Amino acid sequence: MLKRYLIPRLIQYLLVIFVGVTIVFFVPRLTPVDPVQQMINTITRMGTYLDPKAVEKMTETLKELYGLKGNLFEQYLAFWGRLLKGDFGPSLFRFPIPVIKLIGDSLPWTLGLLTISTFLSWFIGNILGGIVGFYYDKRWARVMESIAMVIRPIPYYIFALITLIVFSYLLKWFPLGGGMPVGVVPSFSIKFIFELFRYAFLPLISMMVLGIAVTLQTMRLIVSNIVKEDFVTYARAGGVKKKIIAFKYVIRNAMLPQVTNLALSMGQIFSGALITEIVFSYPGMGTLLYNAIATGDFNLIMGIATISIFGISTFILLIDLLYPLFDPRVRYR
Amino acid sequence: MGIFRDLLRDGKFRVGFIIICLILILALLSFVSPYDPTRWNVAPRDLPPSLQHILGTNSQGQDVFWQLTFAIRNSLTIAIIAAFFSRIIAIIMGLVAGYRGGRLDRFLMGINDSFLVLPLLPILILISSLIKGRLSFVGLGLILSVFGWSWDARVIRSQILSLRERDFTYTALLSGTSTIQLVFKEYFPFVIPIVFSTLINNMSWAIGMEITLAILGLTNLEIPTLGTVLQWAISYQAMLLGLWWWLLTPVVTSVLLFVSLYLLSVSISEYLDPRTRIQRIRVIKE
Repeated sequence: MLKRYLIPRLIQYLLVIFVGVTIVFFVPRLTPVDPVQQMINTITRMGTYLDPKAVEKMTETLKELYGLKGNLFEQYLAFWGRLLKGDFGPSLFRFPIPVIKLIGDSLPWTLGLLTISTFLSWFIGNILGGIVGFYYDKRWARVMESIAMVIRPIPYYIFALITLIVFSYLLKWFPLGGGMPVGVVPSFSIKFIFELFRYAFLPLISMMVLGIAVTLQTMRLIVSNIVKEDFVTYARAGGVKKKIIAFKYVIRNAMLPQVTNLALSMGQIFSGALITEIVFSYPGMGTLLYNAIATGDFNLIMGIATISIFGISTFILLIDLLYPLFDPRVRYR
Repeated sequence: MGIFRDLLRDGKFRVGFIIICLILILALLSFVSPYDPTRWNVAPRDLPPSLQHILGTNSQGQDVFWQLTFAIRNSLTIAIIAAFFSRIIAIIMGLVAGYRGGRLDRFLMGINDSFLVLPLLPILILISSLIKGRLSFVGLGLILSVFGWSWDARVIRSQILSLRERDFTYTALLSGTSTIQLVFKEYFPFVIPIVFSTLINNMSWAIGMEITLAILGLTNLEIPTLGTVLQWAISYQAMLLGLWWWLLTPVVTSVLLFVSLYLLSVSISEYLDPRTRIQRIRVIKE
C-alpha cells in the first residue's frame, strides 16, 4: 500500500521539478536576447569603467556561469550540476554577495507570511464554507456567499493595493510598508514581536481574505453535494443533532478533497504572496524579485524562479505525504 | 436564443452581463477617441473630473477616460489571444490524453500537473524580463497562452474519459467511424460548452497576469492596458499627489471586469451542470 501511494507521488514530484527547471533552462536560449550581453550592459550602465580585456574575461566567466559552453546537452547537464549545488552565481544588484545568500535572507519572511496566511485561510475558509453550504437555505449564508463571490475574482495585486490605500493612506492605521521599523534590532521582546505583527498585518489580511473567499466557495460546493448523500439523510432521520451532523459528518468529509485542492493551488498562492509582498514592500522574496527586475539582475531572477519551483513542489509533496493521516481510506488500503 | 433567455433568469448572469456590456461599450468607444493614446500632453495636466474631461486628466497630459477606453480594448485583446490559443492546447492535450488513455495519458497528465502546480509568476517574470519592453501585446498573449491551459486540459480529459465509456462510442466505432470523425462529430458537442466556460476564467486570469507584469514594468509601457495605466499612476505617485481619479479609474474598472467575468462563468457552469439544472427547473415550476 505504501508503495502504491508513495511511488507515483515521488515520480510526480521529480517530474514537476524536471519540467520547471527545463523551462528555466530553455527560456533564455529561446529568447532573442543574449543574457550575457545584457548583463555586461547593466554593469557598464552602473558607471563602472571596464577595460576590454576585463570585459572579455567577464564574458567568459558569465558564459560559464550561464552554462553557455559546449553543446546544448552538455550545457543542460552542467546547469543541473550547478543547481544541485545551489550555485546561482553572484548577484548583480548587491555585487559580490551570492544569489543563494540573498534568497536565504529573505526566505524566512516569505515562508512566515505564506504558511500563516495559507493555513489560517484554509481553516477559516473551510469552516465558513462548510457552514454556508450546510445551512444553504438561510439568508445570512447567501449573503456570505455573495460577498465571497465578489472578492474571489480580484487578483492579489489589486486587492493588496486597495487594502494599502484604505488602511495605510486613508485611515493611517498601519505602516505604509516594510517588515519592521527602521533601526530596531530584532529581539524576543514583546514590543518587537508586536511591531513585527503590526507590519505583517496588512499583507497577511489581504492574502487571507482572498484565500478565505476561494476556500469558502469550493468548500460550499463540495458540502452542498455531500448534504444530499444518504448517510446525511439517515443521520437526520435518526435524530442526530444538526450541529453534530454539520461538523462531525459533513465538514470532516468535505475537508479531504480540500487538502488536494490546497496542494494544487499552492503555486498560485505563492505567486500571490510575491505580489502582495511587492505592494507592501515586505522584505521577502517578492521584494527581492522586484529589486532584481528593476536592476536587471538576471542571476537573481533565475535563482528565485528555481528556488520557488523546488520549494513549492516540496511543499506539495509534503501535503501529499501527510494526506494518509487525514484519510483513513488511504491509510488502511 | 433559448439558452440565452434561460441564462438571463439567473441574477448572477444578469448582473455580470450588464457590467460586461458597459465595459464592452467603453472598449468600442476607443475607436472614436479624439486623442492618440500614445501621445503625451494633449490635454492640460492633473485636472479633476469635469464635464470636459469626465474622469479628469493625468500628469502626462492625457485624458483618463479616453485612455481607459484604449486600455480596456487592449487588455481584452490580450485576454482573448491568450484564452484562444491556450484553449487549442488544452483541447488537444485533453482529447489525446482522454481518448488514448494508458501510458500516454499518464505521461501527458504528469506534464499537465507539473504546469498546474508550478509557480508561474517567477517563470513568467524570467521570460518577460529577458524580452523587456520589446514585448508586443500579441506576444504577451501568446506567452500567457503557453502557461494557461493545464487546468482546462484536465477538465476536458475527464469529460472525454467518461464519453469514451458510453455506448454511442462503441456503436460509432463498430459502424466504421474513423477516430477523427468520432472526436469531431460526436465528442465536440460535449466539449464545446466546457471550453466556453473555461474560456471566461482563462481570460480573467490573463488580464490579471497582464496587470501584474505591467506593474513590474515588464510589458511595453507605451501601449495603454489596464496594467500599464495603473503602473503609470503608481509611478507618478498619484495617491500621494491626491490624483485619486487617475489611480481609482483602472482599479475600479478592473475590479468590475473581474467580478462580471466571474459571475458569467459561474452562471454558465451552473447552467451546464445537470445537478443544478434540475434544481433550477424545480424552482421555476414552483
